Parts: sequence; C-alpha cells; structure tokens
Amino acid sequence: MIALWIVLAVVLYAAHSFLLSRLYEKADLPVSSAWIPLYNLWTFFRLAGLSGWWAVVAVIPIVNIVAYVAAIVAAYVIGVRLDRNPYWTVLFGVCPLAWLIMAGLGRSEWRAEVPENGEARDLRIRLAVREVVSGNAMISVLAVVLAIVVGGALIAATDESVQQAAGYFFSRPLDTVQAIWDSVAGAYTALFQGSVYNFRRDSFADGIKPLTDTLMFATPLIVAGLGVGLTFRVGMFNIGGRGQMLIAAAAAGWVSFTFDLPMYIHLPLAVLAGVVGGAVWAGIVGVLKARTGAHEVIVTIMLNYVAFYLIQWMLRTPGLLQAPGSNNPKTPPMSDTAIFPAMFGAKYSLHWGFVLTIAATALVWWLLSRSSLGFQFRAVGENPSAARVAGINVKMMYVYAMLISGGLVGLAGVSQVLGTVKTGFSDGIDAGIGFDAITVALLGRSKPWGIFGAGILFGAFKAGGFSMQAAEGIPIDIVLVVQSMIVLFIAAPPLIRAIFRLPNPARTLALAQSLSAAQAATVAQTKQEVA
Amino acid sequence: MKLELRGITKRFGSLIANNHIDLVVNPGEIHALLGENGAGKSTLMNVLYGLYQAEEGEILLDGVVHNFAGPGDAMAAGIGMVHQHFMLIPVFTVAENVALGHESTKWGGTLNLEAARETVRTISQRFGFEVDPDAIVGELPVGVQQRVEIIKALSQNAKVLVFDEPTAVLTPQETDELMAVMRQLRDEGTAIVFITHKLREVRAVADRITVIRLGAVVGVASPTDSNEQLASMMVGRAVLLTVHKDEATPGEAALVCTGLTVLDATGHRVVDNVSYAVHAGEVLAIAGVQGNGQTELTEAIMGLQKHVLGSIMLDNRELTGRSVRHVLTSGVGFVPEDRTEDGLVAEFTVAENLMLDRADQAPFVRRGTLQLGYLRAFAEEKLREYDIRAQGIGTHVGRLSGGNQQKVVLAREMSKDLRLLVVAQPTRGLDVGSIEFVHRRIVETRDAGIPVIVVSTELDEVSALADRIAVMYKGGIVGIVPGDTPREVLGLMMAGEKPAGVSAA
Amino acid sequence: MSTETVLRPGWKVPIILGVFSLASLLLFLLSGRQGISVFRLSSSGEAVQLPALELPVMASGIVISVLLIGLAGFSAYRVTRAQRTPLYVIVIFGVLFMVGLLVWAFVDATLPVTGLLTGTVALSAPIIYGALGGVISERVGVVNIAIEGQLLAGAFTSAVVASVTRNPFLGLGAAMIAGMLVSFVLAAFSIKYLVDQVIVGVVLNVLVLGLTSFFFSQVLSEDKQLLNSPPRFDKLPIPFLSDIPVIGPVLFNQTVIIYIMYVAVALVYYGLFHTKWGLRVRAVGEHPTAADTVGIAVNRTRFWNVSLAGAVAGLGGAFFTLGSVGSFQKEMTAGLGFIALAAVIFGRWDPIRATLAALLFGFATNLQNVLGIIGSPIPSEFMLMLPYIVTIIAVAGLVGQVRGPAAAGKPYVKA
Repeated sequence: MIALWIVLAVVLYAAHSFLLSRLYEKADLPVSSAWIPLYNLWTFFRLAGLSGWWAVVAVIPIVNIVAYVAAIVAAYVIGVRLDRNPYWTVLFGVCPLAWLIMAGLGRSEWRAEVPENGEARDLRIRLAVREVVSGNAMISVLAVVLAIVVGGALIAATDESVQQAAGYFFSRPLDTVQAIWDSVAGAYTALFQGSVYNFRRDSFADGIKPLTDTLMFATPLIVAGLGVGLTFRVGMFNIGGRGQMLIAAAAAGWVSFTFDLPMYIHLPLAVLAGVVGGAVWAGIVGVLKARTGAHEVIVTIMLNYVAFYLIQWMLRTPGLLQAPGSNNPKTPPMSDTAIFPAMFGAKYSLHWGFVLTIAATALVWWLLSRSSLGFQFRAVGENPSAARVAGINVKMMYVYAMLISGGLVGLAGVSQVLGTVKTGFSDGIDAGIGFDAITVALLGRSKPWGIFGAGILFGAFKAGGFSMQAAEGIPIDIVLVVQSMIVLFIAAPPLIRAIFRLPNPARTLALAQSLSAAQAATVAQTKQEVA
Repeated sequence: MKLELRGITKRFGSLIANNHIDLVVNPGEIHALLGENGAGKSTLMNVLYGLYQAEEGEILLDGVVHNFAGPGDAMAAGIGMVHQHFMLIPVFTVAENVALGHESTKWGGTLNLEAARETVRTISQRFGFEVDPDAIVGELPVGVQQRVEIIKALSQNAKVLVFDEPTAVLTPQETDELMAVMRQLRDEGTAIVFITHKLREVRAVADRITVIRLGAVVGVASPTDSNEQLASMMVGRAVLLTVHKDEATPGEAALVCTGLTVLDATGHRVVDNVSYAVHAGEVLAIAGVQGNGQTELTEAIMGLQKHVLGSIMLDNRELTGRSVRHVLTSGVGFVPEDRTEDGLVAEFTVAENLMLDRADQAPFVRRGTLQLGYLRAFAEEKLREYDIRAQGIGTHVGRLSGGNQQKVVLAREMSKDLRLLVVAQPTRGLDVGSIEFVHRRIVETRDAGIPVIVVSTELDEVSALADRIAVMYKGGIVGIVPGDTPREVLGLMMAGEKPAGVSAA
Repeated sequence: MSTETVLRPGWKVPIILGVFSLASLLLFLLSGRQGISVFRLSSSGEAVQLPALELPVMASGIVISVLLIGLAGFSAYRVTRAQRTPLYVIVIFGVLFMVGLLVWAFVDATLPVTGLLTGTVALSAPIIYGALGGVISERVGVVNIAIEGQLLAGAFTSAVVASVTRNPFLGLGAAMIAGMLVSFVLAAFSIKYLVDQVIVGVVLNVLVLGLTSFFFSQVLSEDKQLLNSPPRFDKLPIPFLSDIPVIGPVLFNQTVIIYIMYVAVALVYYGLFHTKWGLRVRAVGEHPTAADTVGIAVNRTRFWNVSLAGAVAGLGGAFFTLGSVGSFQKEMTAGLGFIALAAVIFGRWDPIRATLAALLFGFATNLQNVLGIIGSPIPSEFMLMLPYIVTIIAVAGLVGQVRGPAAAGKPYVKA
C-alpha cells in the first residue's frame, strides 16, 4: 500500500515538474530548474515577480495556507502574462495540475513586459475586469447557475408541501418560503451528496464514494462525447451512438464471456473487439457518405434501429448472445478475466475504464490540435471545398472521422459491459448514452478537455440524480431539464448577458483596441526617448 | 423622379463606410458612381434601397424625405435595383422570381402566375429581350439572368433604377447592349444610378460622374475627362494603369494540354476539346466571359474535375486522372477564383492557412505531428515578405480584408517549389494597392522562369499581364493571340467570333 | 480516362434492383416452401365482401420474381439509353417485392390485408405530421431536429388538457400550442441568438423529454384519473367512402386526427407549391437575401413558419394520446421524431414524398404486429430491420446526394 502511495507521489511530482518545465521554457528560463525540488517553486514565485521565499513558506505545515494564497496570486500574474483569461486562476485554486496543463501545454506564448504608461495600465485593469465578467468562463458559470435556478423552481412548484403552504400564502407567507427552501435545498443537497461527497458518512473513505460513482458514470459519457464531438469538428453529426454502442457492447461482451484467456490478453482483446465493432458500424456511415453522398444523419438514425433489432435477435438466439439455459434475452455474466478491474477495490464502482478515458481524451486532444490528420479534419469541417482544393481527400476524412468516432463511442459501449454492468446485458445496455453524448459534446464545445469536463458534470448529475430520487422522491428527469438548459444557455451568450446585465463583448473589444492604441503610443514614445 | 441623398453616414463598428455623402440624380439622367472596390459605393446604395439604415442623413424623392425600413419601402417609393450578385432564386422560374414579393393572387392565396408571365412578356418586348417566363433561372446564362433582374426591377414601375456593377459578368457586346437599355430607360425619364469601377464604361454612358473614395465624395467629374484623371481621383494618387514588365523569354513548353474535354455531372461538355501549351517563363492569359469553361479548365488541371478526357502533361508527366494532392506535389500552385470559398478556411489562423495545402507533408508535418515551431517561423516570415496586414499569425483569416486574404493565398502557393502557377481571377474585389502587388508578384514568378496561367474576365488585367491570350467561348478556345491584341478583337473573340488572321488554337 | 464516352446515369439502380429480384427468386426456389397464402381483403363486418385471394406460394413467388427481374431489366435498358429509372418503377418494384415477401412469409396462413394497411395508416400518422412539420420548417430555412420534442410536447399537453376538460378537441388545440411553444424556443434561439439550429433542436428534444417525464412522475402519476386519462377520438366512418372494399376501411374508417392529416398533407403540398405563402417560404429557405431585397421580412417569415411547423408536429403528438394509446407515458414518442426527420430527407423535402416515406415506416412497424401473430419463418427482427435498411439503400443508392433548401441551417444576418 505504501509503495502505491510512493509511486503516486513520484508520478504527480514528475507531472508537475514536466508541466513547469514547459512553462519555464516559454519564459526562457532553464528547463532544469523545473525539476529541482523547492527551487522549482522558488522559480515559480519569482516568475510572477513575487519573493522566492514563498517557496520556503510553502513547505512549512499549516503556515503554507498563506503560501497557497500567494501561489494563486502568482498564477493570476502568470496567466495574464500568457494572455490567458484571468478567470483561469480559479482553476489553479481548485486543481493546480490542471492549471499547469493549460499554462504549460497551452498554445499561449509568454509575453515580455510592455512598458506601460498610466493610461494603458488603467485600461488594462478595466479590461481585465470586463473580460472576467463577460468572458466565456463567466457565461458558462452563469448558465449553470441559471439552469439550476430553473430546476429549483420546477422542484419547488411541484412539491406538495410548497403547494400546501402556498394555499395559505397570504396568512403565513413565510411558511411558503420555508417550504420552498426545504424542497429546493433538500433536492440539491441530495444531488451533491450523491455525486461529490456524502457528509452523513463517518469516514472519508465512505464519504467520497459518490465522487467515484460520478467518475464511473462519466466514463462512457466522456468517450462517447469525444466520438460525437470529433464528428462535429469534421462537420458531421453522428446520432448513431446507440447503434455503435450496442454493436460494441455485443462484440466486447461476446469476447468476454466466450473465451477463457489470461487477463492481459483477454481484457485488451475484449476492449479491442468493442472498439472495432463500434468503428465498423460507424465506418459504414462514413463509407456511404463518401461514396454516395448519403446524409450521415439519416444513415446513423437508421443504423440505430438495425443494430437494435440485430442485438435483440442475437440476445434471444441461443449460441449467439443468449445465456445458455435461459429464456431471457440476456447474456451470461462477463468473465472475470475480461472486465475492467475496480480502481479502489470492490467497495467503489470506479473502474480502470476511467483511466482509459483520460488517455482517450489526451489522444483526441493530440489528434485534433497537434496531428496532421486532425488538421485535415478541422479544415474539412470548417470549409470542405477549400480543403478539397488544398488536396485534402475530403471523402477519406469522412471515413476516418466516422471510424475514429465509432471507435470512441464503441469504447463507451465497452465501458458499459465490462465496467458498469458486468452481470450480463440486454438490449438497453446503451442507457441512452449515445444521445446524452451529443449534449456532452455540445456543452464541451467539441473540444476534448471541454468534453471531459462536461462528461464529469453530467456524470455527477446522473449519480446525484439517483440519490436525489431515492432520498427526496424527485424524479431523476429533472436532471435532463437542468442539463439541457445549461447547454441552451451556454449556446446563447447574449441571452445570459441580457438576463444578468453583463457588458457587451463588442464594447470590451473597443476597449481592447484603445488599449493597444495606448500601448502603441507608449512604444513609440519609448523609441523616441531611446533615439 | 428626382433622387437626392443628403449627408448619408453609415458606420460598421468603428469603420465609417459612408461619410456624409451627398448625391443628386435627376430624372432622365445616368449618374455614374465611380470608386474602387471597398470605397463604399455598394453600402451607399444598400442604404438607399433600405437594406441598411444610415446613422445620419436623409433620402429625398422629388423633394420629399423618405425613411426606408426595408427594401419593401424603397420599392414602393419607386426605387429599383439591379444587384451585382443577382437577387434571384435559382430554383424558381423567371415568372416566379418576378412575382416574388408582390404576388398577385386568386382565391385563398393561390398564385396567379399568368399575371407575372404577362409582365415578363411585356417588358421583354419593350426592350427586345428574349426571356422565357417559365425557364428555371438557375439554368439560364448569366447575361439572361441579368435581364431577369432588370425585368424584376421594372415590373415595380421603378422611377429610380440602380445598377450595381452590372457589367462584371457580360461580354463587351452584352455590355454595349446593356448600355443601350440604360439609355432607353433614361430617355423614357428614369433616373439611373450606375455603380462601377470601370472607367471606360463610365465615359461611355454616364451623363455625370460622382467619384467616391474611402467612403466620402472626392469630387464630380465629367465623362470627357481622361482615364488618368478619373483613375487618380478614384485612387487618390497617380496610378500606373499598366504593369511594368519586360519582354518574356519563353523556354520549353512546360504544360501541354491535348484534346482536353471536361464533362459536367449531366454530361455536358463544359470544356470542349481544347489544346494549348504554356511555356516556361511566359504568362498565358485565359480570357472570356464568366462561365465559358475557364473555371472547369483550371480545375481539370488541378484534378478537381471528375470527368476529364484528353491529356494534360506537365514536364512530360501525365496529370489527367491524378488526385489533387498529386498535382499539388508535382509543383503546381493554384490560386482559386473564389478565395473565401475555395482558397481559405476563414476560421483558421493565418499560419494554419499558410500550410493548408501541405497539411500532411514535411516540413510542416513529421511523423503525423504538426511542427508548430516551424509553422510559426514560416508564417512570421511570409507575413513580412508579403506584407500581410494582420495583427499576427494567430489572427483568423476571415477577419482580414480581401487584399490581405489574397496575399495569404499567394504566399502559400508561391512558397512552394513551383513548376506551374495557375491563378484564377487574381484581383477580383481587391483595392488598387493590392492589385498592383498581386500583378507584380505574378510577373516576378514569370521572370523566374515559371509557366503561369492567368484566368481573368477583366480585359484590362488580361492585357496587362499576358504574353499570349487564349480566349474561351462556350467551352472551346476561339483562338490564341499575342498579348498586345486590341480590345476590340478580344471582345469579338469573347463572343465566339474568330476575326480574320487569327490562327486556330 | 481517355476513352471518349458520354456520361450516363449510373448503373447503381439496375444493379440494386437486380440483386433484390435475384434474392427474391432464390428465396422461393431454395426455401422450397409449398402451400397456399391467403390474403384476406375484407373483414366480416364490411358491407361489400371480397373473396379472399388464395395464392400458391411457389407459383406466385416465381411470377413475382420474374416481374421483378423484368423491372430490373427495364431499368437496365433505360440506362443503356442514357435515361434515368423513373420513380414509379422503383415504387412498383418495392411493392411487388413486399408482396412476394408476404406471400412467402404467410404460407398456409391468412394475412389480413385491410388490418395491415389500416394499422399502417394509424402508425404512420405521427410520423407524417412530424414530417410535415419538418418540411415546412426546413423549407423556410430552419433545420428542425426538434420534431421529437414537438411530438412529445403535443402528446403530453393534449393528454392533460383533454383529461381535465374531457374534450379531445381541446386536447388537439393544446397539442398545437405546445408544439408551437417548442418551436418558439427553436426559433428564438436560432433566429435571434443565432445558435446553431442543430444544437438547439437536439437540446430541445432532451429538454422536452426531461420536462414531460418530470411532470409525468411528479404530477400526473399523483392523480391519473384527473390528469392522464384523456377521452380518445372514436373511429368515424365516412358514409359511402368507407364501404369501398380495402380502401374504405383503410382510409375512411379512421379517427378525426387521421382525416385532419389528409387535409394537412394536401394543404401543405398545395400551399408550398401553388400559393403566395409557399412561394415566399421557399424563397426564404433558398436565398434569404434575395427574399429580403424584394421586401419579404426574412426572420419574421421564418419565425412564424417554424411556429406553424411546431403546431403541425404537435398535432402528431396528440395522436399518441388521443388517437392510439389513451394516456401519456414517459418517452412515448420513442424516437419517431427522428424517423420523421428521416422521412423529410428521404422524401426530398416534398410533403407528398415525405408522406410516402412515413407510410413505409408505419407499414414496417405494423408488419411486426402482424408477423408476431403467425410466427414468421425468418426472425421477425429481420423483417423489422427491412424498412431501415431500405431507407439506407434508398438514400445511398437511389436518392443519392439529396440537396435540401439551400439556406437551411444558416441564420440570416443583415449586415
């Protein structure tokens, strides 16, 4: 056990150091300074213009809370230097590692200090404030808040005690307020306790279980969302998640319960079978679109039904998927050698499929933003005719994109049969994830890490929704309402701005222009002085 | 009806497109509005037509102030417009297009198309047009489509008629016919606004000329002024109307097309048995009215056309039937005629667009991974070399002006190891400064010993750049003539007539 | 590449037809099924009784296969003459093939033809309404993925309103309003806030699903009697017409919702192609700028026609509760909205063709019921797959690259 912790600590340290090294490289500092313990922290504070001694403070227990605040300030300053939205600082507060990924691997460049006059500095501060309140991050947060408020209103309006209290509202109005508070707070507390941390449990190990449930539910949502998001980036729309998941689940499940192999062969083989199944099922769509111009929306919808009936038939046919000796349309349980093992023991539902999901997200990120294939994907998605003229084989891109997308969605099917429901499955194994994935991809704006975050948020809603239903008797469907409202609101920033009376980004832009004008004036002035 | 614009000002964000513009057009007068691309002519007319709302100023018709909330109001007041990009629904018939917006109906909203057909016939007769009211507009030649536009405007009894760059798609002969129509309308008492940037046409038809530059009126000119006078007013400085270029020193035949035929999806021969050769170090211009097969001809070379017969040899290697990728890697640079549609990805950055057609090749890609460091350095260099006015290499190309966008395309295509350069409509929609830049670059490429094909519908451009000129008409090459062939001869050839003394292709 | 050829219409169509006719022939020859299939054309209660058709399986199978091969041959002949295969040939081929399949499946059994077709019309109704809504909306330039949501909202609202008022007609009206409200959101977000129309549509489906399911569990299930037991429309035979054999019971012994549907299909078709309204709708969907320049208010036209589309689709939703099931159930539209969307594209944005496509789906669904009764020789799942596979083949091979209204999906922004 101790060995495991040591390994984990080393891995984390290495990750931090690596990311710091990328950041330092941008700032033209020696890369090696990122790997030396303590000194790397010292450099971090120095980079932000703070005293390096904060690094020493940071290693003293208890007192280091102050250093934590200082580090947040440093992150803010470094973020501004990287031309990043100041709002990113919040991410540092929550998870420095994630912030470091942005700072270290992000595309932004280090900006050397620009000589500033008073006017420019003043404008810069105003601009920063404006960016915070009108930026994307703010819109997203407000969209979530607004959706939760609407959800709360629905919960309150349909709550019986609220309705009763409202009956005598004019004699005792506070009763109604109390009842509304009780119903809404009760619901969201249950949601939180079912998805993040349950304070009613005694030990941390028990209390944290909901968070692992969230990640478990998020696993298929994320990979399927990645698949759908990928097609969005190529200008296509894969509504065929259901069919692809079913085929993948059948393939992976069949490999799992049919063969008897050692785990290190059996598990990869089952996963591969599922991925290939999903890829092939989606690949049909890509090939048809490329060869005949068949509309992928219509073909994916149709293939959902074909897959559904195919699986239904296989599930009731002995020798195919049906469990031997049974009359139910259900498969036998998965073999122990081909399931995702639990990550933290049998107590928690989280399985190693989640790690696979992280890897898939990283891979899709690399594919889309760093690879030649992804570049061609994006070119086709933004302007297919220009892509064609530039010699990109547009049709093949459709095929590749559908294959990869189907593989990712297939992974979601695999995660369902080898991770979530290991006791055998029936024709509802996709659990609507193929469609949820569309919302996840939309919320994540088709960007891999955005989808990752959106998947975890929706996973939390799912996990919390069940416990809300159990504890407060509120139908889990309210989660759908809140989820869809979030996406809807995020998609319409002007609406959010109108509701919350936020400044218009066009005016922010004008401000930014006057800022660059002021800077240009300063630069010119400086040049003159030098001359 | 007398049209008067007073102090019209129109802003787009911080850009002032029209700055206190005054204009008076009398009935029975052709008033030319002259200015180069982007000067604000079309904006002004869109304000007049109710498509845009002006921030300041007023529109008067016969001395009465009008406020147009939309084109419907303007039309009701007697203003008609023949748009540069035809405002016709391609899948509708002529009669349906003419009826649209003020349909006459029978019971229950049923269309009475017979009335519209009658209108089409009457107006056609008046001007000697031959337009079938039941033809599908999308299937008509552009010249006829323009007549539908005119019929549409006249069917509203327009007393003020605006022609927005109407000659861009016409042969010189068709242009003459259009001018005759304009004169006839003027003689019937219509007030005509004629928007153009072509000096020759202004002098041919206008009664009065107002010149605008950078959104403001710079002066009034007379049709008797010289080209040089008008041009310098329009551009604000003396303009070289011709490109400086030395005598070509052609080498070996580099690109040889033999019996080239291109079929479209329905089997029509859009390029019909064309043979020609382009030599190293010469510019072969392909002239002709839009839609006579030039686009398909260049696309056939690039491998963008599906059904190509015959042979295209570049440096003795066959290009027919090869993929676009293959043609590009063979060293062909291609500037497509519609840069926003075919040349650039608007949502991509300048840097990304600069590697667009080498998206899977070294040095931009190694082992499947983008070489972002190399790309950055490359893009910075091209930004300087081609004087691309952008905030940085990370700016989205869609935010650049037309001229700068074209420079991005040129920078990309010319930074390859070129064996052939194909440039289609290189200066369409560009300002004079950018035009000069683009022309200079093309001539430099030629001087470096590279064969160049320039496709252009602008005769001025063809004459300025070409060492030899191939004129296309209905998919065939009418003839290949020397670069200094007079306009009149070229004009005849563009209408399909082969003047005496011109050898066959 | 260098041979001198003239482009011909592709060989895809005759090849596909040929494959299907050979499949049919092999099916009959190899399966060796002997016996008689009985096609019952009248049920006992009808005024005019037609004798049942008794078809010997092998003989009819071979006759049908030969006819199919003939049609495939005709198509091939057309190709050699550089002509396209007319649509009616493909339709006749499809019908014949289906008849052949039925003859084969119903060996020594009785197929109630009227029952099969009556059910087809009923099951197609929501798809047809949805497809009409889709056609109107897309013709005016707004992609309508939200058909599913509009159907579901219509089903829910009509159930509640009809239950409370005990009046199915009020339920029908409420369904239209509900569908319209969903459309308002679609229109507002896509037209005013310029959100991608596909995104809004997808999300609206989820939203409506969430809302109706939430209210169903939280409110309707509390008092099912009051809130979720709507009176259903009764069958309303039309005098004389309903007495025509086969056609009568199939088409003219239906509920009011079905009759409204006939009118709606006719109206939408006539309206789109023969009225001022239709001309303007199509103009806005094809080339909004051109429509604007002749004084048509593009966004207003879009807004109200998308709303109209929602109202039509909402009617389809009412069919679930007032026409067939009799009470609202969670997720009761079960993806039919997406099938309607497929029918729109399959039907090339034409109301009549879209209706035919919808009927194909309805037929397939009903076939399942009929086959379930006799126990089919081939797994019923494969019969069920057939319409979806046919759609894929049609879209890929026969329809080819369909082109919708040019401006569909693109918001219109004035500079």
